[in-house]
Amino acid sequence: MNRVRLFRICVWGAVVLLAGFLLVSTMLPEPQAPAEASTGTVRVGGPFSLTSHQGERIDNQSLAGRPYLVFFGFTHCPEICPTTLFELTDLMSELGADADKFEVLFVTVDPERDTQELLASYMTSFDSRITALRGSSEETETALKAFSAYAKKVPLEDGQYTMDHTTGVYLIKGDGSFSGILDMHEPRETRLQKLRRLAGS
Amino acid sequence: MSHYYKVAMTLSLASIAVLSSLAASAHDFSAGDIRIGHPWSRVAPAAAPVMGAYLTLTNAGQKADTLIGGSTPLAERIEIHQMSTEGGVARMRPLPDGLEIAPGSSVALAPGGIHLMFIKPARPFAEGNLIEATLEFARAGSVRVEFVVQRNAEDKSDTAADHGGHTP
Repeated sequence: MNRVRLFRICVWGAVVLLAGFLLVSTMLPEPQAPAEASTGTVRVGGPFSLTSHQGERIDNQSLAGRPYLVFFGFTHCPEICPTTLFELTDLMSELGADADKFEVLFVTVDPERDTQELLASYMTSFDSRITALRGSSEETETALKAFSAYAKKVPLEDGQYTMDHTTGVYLIKGDGSFSGILDMHEPRETRLQKLRRLAGS
Repeated sequence: MSHYYKVAMTLSLASIAVLSSLAASAHDFSAGDIRIGHPWSRVAPAAAPVMGAYLTLTNAGQKADTLIGGSTPLAERIEIHQMSTEGGVARMRPLPDGLEIAPGSSVALAPGGIHLMFIKPARPFAEGNLIEATLEFARAGSVRVEFVVQRNAEDKSDTAADHGGHTP
């Protein structure tokens, strides 16, 4: 008799706990997802259309279903741009065939000086799976907007100019959603993990 | 009092000289009170219109000096730039007044900060190549140096071993 009673108390206790949990969890506001994830399909990875260093038209439609990396830079950049491209080359050689599962795109923010011909020579120094992209100034602007990236032409005294630009490498999953940023200051193992995860997306 | 001051000054300058020579043992240059430690340039991609170059400047004198600029027969010109990254955006600006080296101090031109930029290199340079250049200082005058072309900043020891014979 005592045992049955104890059993009933336990069952009712569990029911009350569960009901309470459900009530509280539905009443609480949805936890805020991190900014990166929540803006995924909205702010990053929007429509763009550019031309590759080999003369091919590449846009968000032609990339549909395939994960990809996007990096904004220019060839008159002595440090960050070549270093990022050399590092990507190095990571891709470590990943081997896994790196075939995503596209790597280097978008010039300086189409005025970075001609298709210059980009074609420049890209011979890196993994042949990396594609340089350029467009008209409007197309470049659209591509920057598509990734919420920033670039600005800064005139210098001698009539020359330089470019301020976003340095992060954007990671876009196979479903077109934003997966995060590859930061070249992160440990190598972290970057490899991010790329392996992206390759499987 | 002035005697002690002189001894202290000499000792500190000697230690600066020793430290800087250790930091770039096999590859450095000097003119007057200025010592130029391990000038190097990063391997650039094919057809790259610019190359970054780095070195360490030490002023063992009692007066400030300024790196005004430089030239090389192997590039159109050399500029002094300051690079910074804020909020994920990289910015590069020339230092039109040059780079001051305070007396008894060292300034490192290194990736991510102040650097020299070779504009329009005359030809591609491979790892291990040397780029001759002349640096101009306000007080110390012209100094001939050689930049070693290497892939990474960390290659220092390897390159130093390869180019052990280049100390002037």
